[in-house]
Amino acid sequence: MQLAEGPGASRARRAGAGRLLTPFRRTLLALCVIAVPALGGVLPEDRADVMWHNYNGGDITVEGPSVLVQKRVGDSLAFSAGYYEDMISSASIDVKLSASPYHETRKQENVGVSYLHGKTTYSMGYIHSKEPDYIANTTFYSISQDMFGDLTTVTLGYVRAWDQIFRDIKQPNGEIVNDPTFHERADHRGYTLSISQILTRNLIADFNYSLLTDQGYLANPYRKIRYLSPGVGEGFTLADQVYPNTRTSNAASITLKYYLPWRAALSGQYRFFRDTWGIVANNVEANYTWPWHQWVFDGTVRWYKQSSADFYSDLYPYANYANFMARDRELASFTDWTLGAGAAYQFRVPGAPWISKSTANVRYNRLFIDYKDFRNALLAGEYGAGNEPLYKLNANIFQVFVSIWF
Amino acid sequence: MSRLAKRLSQAVAAGALLAALAGCTAPTPWVKPYEREHFADPIMSFNRDPISSVYLDHVLESREGARGATGAVGGGCGCN
Repeated sequence: MQLAEGPGASRARRAGAGRLLTPFRRTLLALCVIAVPALGGVLPEDRADVMWHNYNGGDITVEGPSVLVQKRVGDSLAFSAGYYEDMISSASIDVKLSASPYHETRKQENVGVSYLHGKTTYSMGYIHSKEPDYIANTTFYSISQDMFGDLTTVTLGYVRAWDQIFRDIKQPNGEIVNDPTFHERADHRGYTLSISQILTRNLIADFNYSLLTDQGYLANPYRKIRYLSPGVGEGFTLADQVYPNTRTSNAASITLKYYLPWRAALSGQYRFFRDTWGIVANNVEANYTWPWHQWVFDGTVRWYKQSSADFYSDLYPYANYANFMARDRELASFTDWTLGAGAAYQFRVPGAPWISKSTANVRYNRLFIDYKDFRNALLAGEYGAGNEPLYKLNANIFQVFVSIWF
Repeated sequence: MSRLAKRLSQAVAAGALLAALAGCTAPTPWVKPYEREHFADPIMSFNRDPISSVYLDHVLESREGARGATGAVGGGCGCN
């Protein structure tokens, strides 16, 4: 939930603009939750995870619980169910520019089922996500096949999502309601191909391709563009964003994972991304995993770079400059680094013989984003519109979770 | 077209035909089942803890313009 100025709104404008998820990303979250097996002939393990997550950066805090349970029934069926919650408290740079801080909660439930027949696994599921100004329903389907002596696994997936977008306003009496004049929709489709290939007795490769299309209202209704207006205020004026109603993107990645001569694993990934909005992105990631007694440690370094969308600008020269105009930071040009470390400790649960294995886990990631064409507009009074320092975002990402296998 | 270019194109066509024919027969697994014990080790999983990787992907995708094909989610997601 975020607040925008609307009919009868109080003078205190409260346009959120700092939401963690922009609308066109919800489907991706849906894709992420597809908890189906990677191998055609293997069902997920009987397992339960309970996690607390915390994101803190750019004056935004997002935290909450997450639960995921996977359970086999017989030899050929497996079910999964999950719950996820984001409790958002935001006073981000976008919020400060055009609004005031806000709090909101997003809740998500997901269920899935997998059916194993021979070397083929069929999976499908449903995800529902709801927050005061956004509702998303997603279904997903996939078929996975082992072949060539089980050296190769090919998986085809399809995802379909329907979103409803609202905009919250604050009434003069302080009550927060959906703006009755604003109700938009967005539809999403995704097609994925995954090929896992055992190359040697120590090396495995994973190729992934995804084609995603979106249609409908794809902008964040709270965020604003700004255009030059010399002599007025701080030299710029805010206006609504105008996004295209469609977007299609292609992404492909290759990951190699190698079992070292000692018991440890090293992996590397490269991904290429391109979309019809003009964004081109590349990222490279390396991970090292090494066990030590009851512990398993992980280290990660990731580098990401993207160009800006064709219709993005930090500061337009005048009002109604183009048909499409956006100032979402996610569409800007930037580079980011992520450094991560994790530790898992395996322990026994006394008095619970039905638990075959249990681990306590902690993970920490530090995210550094350097924007190349997104300026700190809050400093316009000091530096002048268009001459402000480029914005930087540093964030801490914590995860603490317990996993049991039964 | 020069003779060299013509012979080169014929060689490429012959190679492509041979490759296509080779694809008609299933290859013999060059890594035997008893040689795959390392892949049974959880540290070799592409997605050892789905609840964690899903969350981190969610955070990064909400901050970046790119999406999809992250490996942890791709196609079948590699969650096992």
